[in-house]
Amino acid sequence: MPNSSIWKSFRKYKVLLLMLLPGFLYLLLNNYLPMFGVVIAFKNINYAQGIWGSDWNGFKNFEFLFRTEDAYIITRNTILYNLTFIVINLVGAVTLAVLLNEIRARLAARLYQSLILLPYLFSTVIVGYLVYAFLSADFGFLNHRVLPLFGMEPLVWYSEAKVWPYILVIVNTWKSVGYLSIIYLAAIVGLEKEYYEASRIDGANKWHQFSRITIPLISPVIVIMTLLQVGRIFNSDFGLFYQVTMNSGSILRTTNVIDTYVYRALIQLGDIGMSSAAGLFQSVVGFVLVLSVNLIVRKINKDNALF
Amino acid sequence: MRNTSVITPSTTQTATRQQKFSVYQLLLHIIFIITSILVIIPVILVLAVSFSDENSIFIEGYSFIPKKFSMDAYTYLWQDKMAILHAYGVSISVTVIGGIIGLLLTALFAYPISRRDFPLRNVFSFYVFFTILFGGGLVPWYMVFTNIIDVKDSMIALILPGLLMNGFNVLIMRTFFQNMVPPSLIESATIDGAGEFRIWWQIIMPLSLPVLATIGLFSTLGYWNDWFNSLIFVSDAKWYSLQYVMQKTLLDVQFLSQHSSSGGTSALLAAVPTETVRMAMAIIGAGPVVLAYPFFQRYLVQGLTIGAVKG
Repeated sequence: MPNSSIWKSFRKYKVLLLMLLPGFLYLLLNNYLPMFGVVIAFKNINYAQGIWGSDWNGFKNFEFLFRTEDAYIITRNTILYNLTFIVINLVGAVTLAVLLNEIRARLAARLYQSLILLPYLFSTVIVGYLVYAFLSADFGFLNHRVLPLFGMEPLVWYSEAKVWPYILVIVNTWKSVGYLSIIYLAAIVGLEKEYYEASRIDGANKWHQFSRITIPLISPVIVIMTLLQVGRIFNSDFGLFYQVTMNSGSILRTTNVIDTYVYRALIQLGDIGMSSAAGLFQSVVGFVLVLSVNLIVRKINKDNALF
Repeated sequence: MRNTSVITPSTTQTATRQQKFSVYQLLLHIIFIITSILVIIPVILVLAVSFSDENSIFIEGYSFIPKKFSMDAYTYLWQDKMAILHAYGVSISVTVIGGIIGLLLTALFAYPISRRDFPLRNVFSFYVFFTILFGGGLVPWYMVFTNIIDVKDSMIALILPGLLMNGFNVLIMRTFFQNMVPPSLIESATIDGAGEFRIWWQIIMPLSLPVLATIGLFSTLGYWNDWFNSLIFVSDAKWYSLQYVMQKTLLDVQFLSQHSSSGGTSALLAAVPTETVRMAMAIIGAGPVVLAYPFFQRYLVQGLTIGAVKG
């Protein structure tokens, strides 16, 4: 009787199942119910009829979205920013980690490590303040102290679209390189010392050690970290693009990403259809990206793949 | 877990330290001193401005060395302290409640799926993993928390949506349980007559303090720094978190006095030191984290290291 064996095992593990229950319900509410909600993207939402009662709209919401100039701008911005972030963070963090590992004075190394990790703790609201201290049009440090040095006119930074790609890249690097470098440092410290000793006997210099030993040996960590970021290339740090730019409308050409677009369309314009279409576009492309990147990594080296 | 303490670069051959003082080492120190200064400089600037005299700001802008030292900004904020203290209260409550409940949920979920003898562990592992891969997007998520259960303008709005438990943390904890807890330990406890719940609470949890500290820290930091839930679910000033009050202050300094419960602020408004108050607000908001940093720094580093290990 198969039923009784299922029942028996259910009784045996009922406490474990009970332990799973709260988290199960939470993920159901917070993650799975919204997945069913993607139908909103195909509906012409009418509050009187409710979500399920509203008329089907086919792909109209997507048509409207992709006909706007915004669709191109937000897709381009999201991808370009994220690609830049991935490359700069990787190079910066690995370099810092390797150099930090070379420092002999333990106390000093620990101090540097603590300092470069600090920005990771700040909320993007606080980061917004720090950036404002430099960029404020009237009293900001750049307009008052730096630009005059070069004989340049003050800038109204928060309405100057062309400077924002640089600012956002600098801010992102400042905020995240420190914590990424700790992860790579952990990988480097974990390496066997024998490799380095043997190579020194063979006459390898620092650069040889770096390029022939360190980098190949920590490459699994590098691949995993990069893979995770590539998989999320369609998502952005909402706070960075919303808080740090002070939600300024006149620079959207270079600062609007899919996340901020979806938010604005939903909260500020109340355009549910377009907003959920953009959100679904983001989720589906992101999902496909994760799967394909993982597949490629599996092909090259099975151990490095995520799943 | 290899690294259970703060990671520090390898120090070999301490005997020959004297001759190690080379140009190479000096160069490294110079690089890191410059990097550290670049990292810390924005914080110094904000700190300096917050202690500056408002008039000197008007003349020479923000600068690293206050022309004239002044506590006016802090005095002003102290007069308006009710709004700030209230926001502090909201943020602290949310952080404590959300942090503890979130940690419990994560540990409760991670334990069964770490048990190799539990038949459904793959089903529930995938249930978690899939939430990392795919999401419904902001709009349906927003509608779940406004239409299906209405959390608007309550403390639940700050605790429940998004932050309570996430797939990454569950998987990190599951991996830790799998690697650190030998199955024989659970077996012998069962033979001694301990129930499943008791095993989890009295054996697994005390053995897992490093990962509990790590995930607890991440989720605490997540709650403390959160402003997004306030932004989209809260319109009643009663439930404004500290980060949200800070955001509003950055955009509009007068916001603070408008929402302060102390009356008669119009007289004050005339003399609001707006620029320095902004920066003082940033210091007050960032303060607790920076002050606590030296104490939890080692856990944070350890946490990042555990996070780097494939889940």
